Amino acid sequence: MEILWASDESLSAYDLQERLAGRELAATTILTVLSRLEKKGFVDRARDARPHRYRAAASREEHMADLMHEVLGTASNRTAVLERFIGQVTAEEAETLRRLLG
Amino acid sequence: MIAASAALAALAVLLAWPVPILLGNSRWTRRAPAVALALWQSIALAGGLSMIGALLTFGLAPFGHDLVSAAIGFVRLDGAAEPWHVLALCAALLLTVHLLFNLVATLVRSERQRRRHAQLVTLLSSPLESGARLIDSPTPVAYCLPGPFSSVMVYSAGLVELLSPDELTAVIEHERAHVQQRHDVVLIAFRAWYASLPWFPIAYRAQREVGLLIEMLADDRARRSVDTATLARAIAAVATSAAGESASPAELSDRIRRLQRTPLSLAQESLVIGAAAALLGVPTVLLFAPALLGALA
Repeated sequence: MEILWASDESLSAYDLQERLAGRELAATTILTVLSRLEKKGFVDRARDARPHRYRAAASREEHMADLMHEVLGTASNRTAVLERFIGQVTAEEAETLRRLLG
Repeated sequence: MIAASAALAALAVLLAWPVPILLGNSRWTRRAPAVALALWQSIALAGGLSMIGALLTFGLAPFGHDLVSAAIGFVRLDGAAEPWHVLALCAALLLTVHLLFNLVATLVRSERQRRRHAQLVTLLSSPLESGARLIDSPTPVAYCLPGPFSSVMVYSAGLVELLSPDELTAVIEHERAHVQQRHDVVLIAFRAWYASLPWFPIAYRAQREVGLLIEMLADDRARRSVDTATLARAIAAVATSAAGESASPAELSDRIRRLQRTPLSLAQESLVIGAAAALLGVPTVLLFAPALLGALA
């Protein structure tokens, strides 16, 4: 995934195998991972080309922004399943809190 | 049967309105979040039981003198039921189905959101020891993503930078308490209750109150590892620096102020637990009282 994020163009499984040369992964393993990532919506596949070429559906930063929106409760579809340590307060309220702490 | 039905209806009204308001306004709950949570659960359960029970016993009244014989009479259609009896039976059935359906729907929805979020976390974070994960974000956040089989605790790089090692321990112990004590189960039950009755203000208040009590319970656990001042500093530091959904300042100062108060004594806590158990016992006994009295006579 990191390689797809770093790459501007779409890559085939063989390109990925080349760049992951140090790991000695079979092309079929990479294809399995890619199709799983595609099912989850993290990568897009170009349908016209053979071999299939893949690219990241959204940048790492976009995913991180999504994640933080969900965590901070500012997303449109609120995730109710998180148990957050604490929410946020304004500056004046922060002052009151500090006084409480002595 | 009719007397039992009336008593159950009275109990249902009490548990739906004055009792939750009274408990929501009580201050002692801050000093004993665990037993207060037990009481909230018993109120919700006993409330649902007496509401359904009142309708059921009223609807079945023409079929027999107690719940068991009336149920047999109902199956044999052995009795003269008026339209309002049929109406009460339908209402009891609808209410039961509605509550169960909302529980299942809430569970399914939460699980779908959880899975999607867990995928994002896996993609964007690096593992720490003991199942926790670190996301590379400057915003200080700490949360746990509770799952049916495994839970993930997530901390951001911003949090590690903001807090001192001691304060960080406080946050980690707090989140660990959520995971170990399965707070998500209690929370989901109250969310489902609120989802079933969205027009009912008490259900919303109960859900908020239960959420706050759970945070306090986790705070108490964190205090076993760090001192009170450190925990209070950690709460205030994260609250004043994070962006996003705001915490209610009243709830927050509640959370800090209570740290200085002495917890309830063991005797007082036992009293509350006894009350919670009795509360569950009353509708159960009322439901089967006519049958018991019949058997004795």
